[in-house]
Parts: sequence; C-alpha cells; structure tokens
Amino acid sequence: MNAPAEPREVMAYDVVIVGAGPAGLACAIRLKQLREEWSVAVIEKGAEVGAHILSGAVIEPGPLDQLLPGWRDDPPAICVPVTRDRLWYLTATGKRWFPTPPQQRNHGNFIVSLGSTCQWLAGHAEAAGVDIFPGFAAAGVHFAEGGEVGGVIIGDMGVASDGSPKDTFTQGIEIHAPLTMLAEGCRGHLSKQLIRRFELDADADPQTYGIGIKELWRVAEGKCSPGLVQHTLGWPLDPSTYGGSFIYHLEGDRVAIGFVCALDYRDPEFSPFEAFQQFKHHPAIRPLLEGGEILSGGARAIVEGGYQSLPRVEMPGAMLIGDAAGTLNVPKVKGTHQAMRSGMLAAEHAAEHGTAEGFDERLRNSEVMAELRRVRNIRPGFRRGLWKGLANAALETVTGGRRQRTLPNHADHTALERVSEHAAAQRAWRERDLPPRDRLAWVYFAATEHDEDQPVHLQILDPEVCTTRCGVEFNHPCTRFCPANVYEMIEEEHGLRLQINAANCVHCKTCDIKDPYQVINWVAPEGGSGPNYQNL
Amino acid sequence: MKVLVGIKRVVDYNVRIKVRSDGSGVETDGVKMSVNPFDEIALEEALRMREAGHASEVIVVSVGGDECQQQLRTGLAMGADRAIQVRPEGEVQPLTVARILLAIAQREQPGLVLLGKQAIDDDCNQTGQMLAALWDRPQATFASRLELAGEAARVTREVDAGLETIEVDLPAVVTVDLRLNEPRFVKLPDIMKAKRKPLEVIEFGDLEIAPDPSMAVSHHAPPPPRARGIMVEDTAQLVAELKNRGLL
Repeated sequence: MNAPAEPREVMAYDVVIVGAGPAGLACAIRLKQLREEWSVAVIEKGAEVGAHILSGAVIEPGPLDQLLPGWRDDPPAICVPVTRDRLWYLTATGKRWFPTPPQQRNHGNFIVSLGSTCQWLAGHAEAAGVDIFPGFAAAGVHFAEGGEVGGVIIGDMGVASDGSPKDTFTQGIEIHAPLTMLAEGCRGHLSKQLIRRFELDADADPQTYGIGIKELWRVAEGKCSPGLVQHTLGWPLDPSTYGGSFIYHLEGDRVAIGFVCALDYRDPEFSPFEAFQQFKHHPAIRPLLEGGEILSGGARAIVEGGYQSLPRVEMPGAMLIGDAAGTLNVPKVKGTHQAMRSGMLAAEHAAEHGTAEGFDERLRNSEVMAELRRVRNIRPGFRRGLWKGLANAALETVTGGRRQRTLPNHADHTALERVSEHAAAQRAWRERDLPPRDRLAWVYFAATEHDEDQPVHLQILDPEVCTTRCGVEFNHPCTRFCPANVYEMIEEEHGLRLQINAANCVHCKTCDIKDPYQVINWVAPEGGSGPNYQNL
Repeated sequence: MKVLVGIKRVVDYNVRIKVRSDGSGVETDGVKMSVNPFDEIALEEALRMREAGHASEVIVVSVGGDECQQQLRTGLAMGADRAIQVRPEGEVQPLTVARILLAIAQREQPGLVLLGKQAIDDDCNQTGQMLAALWDRPQATFASRLELAGEAARVTREVDAGLETIEVDLPAVVTVDLRLNEPRFVKLPDIMKAKRKPLEVIEFGDLEIAPDPSMAVSHHAPPPPRARGIMVEDTAQLVAELKNRGLL
C-alpha cells in the first residue's frame, strides 16, 4: 500500500531556496537586502542548520565583507585568522618541504567551521526576515503548468520501509514560488534531476568530483598552533591519484584534519577512508594526534570540474548556485567564497529581473567564472600523474590561464580499471592504532541517524549488476568507496547479496558519483535524518 | 480542563556528549538542542486529549533563558495553544522547577499537569514528584497509558514487576514514560502559525519563590576509557584469561 494521495497543502513564497549552506544563505540574505518585501524560504534537510555541512575550512572573506560589512565585529563562533601556510610532500616514511603555490597562500583568510559559520549566517538571515526550515527535505520538484520549475515538494514523514503510512504519517507540503534557487551543494539530488531534464550540461564537460573525509580532534596540550594551515601531497596516494590532506589549527587545542581524493582514481581496490586513516599514521602527522581525541567526523563529495564542467545555471523558474552548479576553485582548495558570490549574484539577478532568464550569462561574465577560468587547466592536468600535473600547474599559474587550450574533463565513474587489468598498487600501508578502528566506529562520530523503518534512500536501479558484472569486473567497489560502510556484500547460500545499511549514510553522495554502472541513485530520506555534524 | 505541560531544553539525544576539559559541565557550544523527548511525549498526550475533547487548552511551560523559546515554539508548532517561559536566576535545580511549576499551576488552575518522567540531560526524575507533594495533589509516575474518567484519571504505570494501573483524582501530576505514545511530526505551515501564538515571559523574581541551593555539583567527569581488549585463540585461553583476572 502506498501513502494516500490527498492533495498536498501549499505554501507560497516569492523565492524558495533549497539548502542552508553558504550559497543558499548568502542568497537569502542578499535577497532580503534588495527586496525586503519579498518572502523567502530556505529548506534544509539536516535536523538543524549546519548538521550536514562539512568543509575544511579556510575561507576568503571577500564576499562576506560585501554581504555583511560589519561581520568582523561579530564573527562566527569559530574564526581564526590564518598565520602561516605549510605544504609538504610525503613519502611513505618522510616529508619534504614544498613551496606553497600562489593560489594556496592564505594571508588574510580565516579558518572556520563551515557548519558553525552557516548557523551564524542563518541567524543573520532570520533577523532579516527569512524563514528557515531545518528538518525538511525537498524530495521533489514542483513543476508549474508551463513545465517550468514552480517550487519544491517536501518529503512525507512517517512512511514505513514498505512504503505504507505509519501512525505518524505526515504528508509533505508543496512550496510554490516563481523562483527556486537550488543550493543543495555538490551532487544535489534535485539539481541532478533538473540538469538532466533541462539538458543543462549539454554543452559542458562531464562534472568531476572528489571525496573529502574530515575529523575534528582535540589534541594534547601544546600541540596546536592556532592559525597554522598545513597541506600535504603524495603518500598515501600513488602518483596517478589526485588528492591531498589538510590540517587546520583552531583555538582551544582543536585541529581539523582531513583528506581529499579525486573520484577519478583508477584502482578498484582503493578505499578513500583507509587512505585518510593511513595518512594519520604517517610519522610526520601521527605525533600531532597521539594523546588526543576525536570530537566529530564526517565526509562529503566535492565538486571539482570547474570552468569546463559548469552546466547552464538557469532553467525556467530556477537557478543553480554554489556547488550545486559547481563553482568551487580546486587549486585554491576553496569553494565557500565562490558559493556565496554565486548566491549573491543570483539574488541580485532575481531582484532586478524577477526571473532566472539571463542568469547564466551574468554568472559567466562575473568574477565567479573569471576565477574558474584562470585555473581551469590545473586540475585536469593531474590526469597524467602528480609530477606532470604539478609541472602543468606551474605553467598555468605563470601564464594566468591565458593559454588558448582548455583541457577536457572525464566522468569519474568511467575511471575505474577492471580488477583483471589493474596491477595491485604497492602502498606501504601500515597497521593502525589511532581511532577510529574502522568505518563503523567512525560513523559514530558523525552522529548519523535515520529511522530504520523508512524506504531505503539509496535506490539500486538494477540490483542484478551488483552481484554479476560489477562484482566480477570491479570486485564490488561500493564496499570500499563508501566511507560509512553503507554497502556490504553478504555471503549467502545462493551467492552474494547486497546489503544496504542506509541508516549509516552520511549523505556524502560518493556512491551516486563513483559507482561504475551508475545504478545507485541517492534520494532524500525523511527530513531531519542523516549526520548531525558538530563544528565541521 | 486546562493541561499544563513542562518542556525542557536539553542536548539532543543524537549528540555525543562531551564533558568540558575543565570538568565544569558538558559541552553545549555548537551542540544541537531539542525538547526533552519525554516532554514531547507528554505534550503529544495533552494534544490528543484536546483533540478528543477532554481538554480545552494546552499550555507549555519552560524554565530557562531566552534560548528555550526555541523549544517552546516547537511545542506551539506541535499544537500547544500558548507558552510560558520563566526566566530563572542562577542555577536551576529540580526543587526550584517544582516550585516554579507550583506557582504556575496555582495561577492557571490546570486539571492535569503532564511532565516527562525525567530529563535526558541530568536524569533526575524528581520534578514531578516534588510538584505533586508541594501542590498536595496525587501523582502517577512512569505512565504508559492514560485514560480520563470524569474527575479521575486511570494511569497504567511501568514498574519493575510489570504494569500497575492506578486511579488518581484530578487535578493530578502525571509523568510519562516512553511507551505512552509516538509524538507527531511538526508540519511546516504550523511552524509559521506557532510564530503568532502567545508566549508569555515571567521573571523568576516576580514569582516570589526562594531559589534552592540545597544541592551542589562538585564536578563532571566522563566514564574512564575502556582498556584495550585482547584476541583469544580458543576457549581454553579464554577460560585461562578469565581465571587470571579473577572473573571465573
């Protein structure tokens, strides 16, 4: 039995924004600055603002200065000015100092928790009259009669795993608005649908991604140097895999440590989670963590395609902003300033024209796109390995991206090599003893929670593929690329069975991206489900 | 009949509790706060009574700083008719809360006071009992079923031996257990309606109640970390290890 199909209750707004991240909140605040009389709603699937936000994060303050000129007098709870930058190249046992590329110099920038920064932004938005609704997932798009986007449909609550209504069943409402802003972040599930429906990526390269895994540690006294920003390249990644680490020193003996791997890695046996845990045990890193404790942890996919992968960011009735569009600057390892900028630009466009039409051109003529254009060839250059990539990056940096050619991007899910063709990598990985022991122990730090009695929000479009082709060719990569151990192959009498531990999901979207047969479809679970990140 | 429901703002049940490094309490900075789950169950029961025609008005009351207005608004969004916030002075202990609730009960004259059996932060399990004694009215604690019958309430209590059903005269204090009901989800339009519902703020000083410093918290400490385990090869080694440690 399916949920009763009663007509849904409707609320009307002038603008509805999907996602209370930096793009969505900056957009909301800017809208209210320009059009005080407009009603603006922000829908957030996390149980509260910031619960699903995870980033390094070092931010460039430019867009904040524009949006909230007095913000430095009343900064977010976690906000430490960067004092020093360090870049190391790691071998399996040693480290070498590396010159910090100009894009990564952080003088004048701030180390923040993006989660707590978003809570702070939400306070500003609410004070400006924005209605923010955390705990409500936009499960679908409402299309108006002319076929244009006309708002969103909030997911039903209290649906059992078989789809039947429970005693607590509460039908989701529709929010209608002449303008919808998709600010879902990287690989938003509504954005994905709409990009396909309106063929927004027809003239763009495939989008590319990375996965970032992060932990917040309280380290032993005296080990933290507030304001220090450290990055590493090299081990535990092999030279054909793009990625690296970040270590940001906050106040109060707290250190944010994380690892980012591009999702175009080729080794079917590779596990980004294990790479991060290995990194923590490197002799140059381990002493920092010894004697400390993990406060929280999580993971999130990162959009890396940049200039050549940016889809059209407008469609009838809606705009894509921030990482839902893909505005992150990879060589800078920063996206927040770009996300905020694109959100503010969308607000300005909406306030001036009242329509999405023309926003794509406006964004492409803006500083957002100019910044992406300058660095467009750096990330794809690493496709040929770390050293050629670095040489190319140096050249692109010197020429300021003014060279004619634009290197192409390739879809991440096509990058995995077959087990039979891939020579097993020699990784020199070691025994681990720092926490967490494994992915299940780690998920505990994400405080993720899903009511088990609800439809599985990770839909497998063709389960046959998992046990047959994908298993033979790639040895079930989903059991390794997921940082939360959601996918398990269980041996049973009749062979292998895929078990989906959906309740562990931290909403990082890696499976939706990396699965080689593209049979995993991530949809929104009941609102308020998912991780409860603290200060990530 | 009015029903008075107590609401406490607590650290959300999904949050991993961290004791502050100086032992002065638990970390609440950047931590998600919610309505105490047992209070939510109490409110749900009150709303069902009103919907069944047994109650005329549901009032939610909370003792706390202005941040607890967030939880009172959640209560209003679930369906309570109005809210009262009492702004305390200094530390708030169960006896102080019971005295505050007594003052509110004397003013509002509810037919029933519904409270959570305990708050999930301090696990005191005292306020309801203290209020009943101060108010000199019957109490029924750990309720897993609640039926109204004229001037009385029949309450099924979860006790160690099983279930005990008692009848109490109204007005009474009932504290609720987990199995009483499953609270409803808040609907989005109701959040907007809740913004317009009345929320009265009362200063502690205006209630003329003596604060209660009878209990002093010396310090907070996390449980000691678990020692690392060992993997045993077989049952013989397991038995030997257990004997070694004097456990067998």
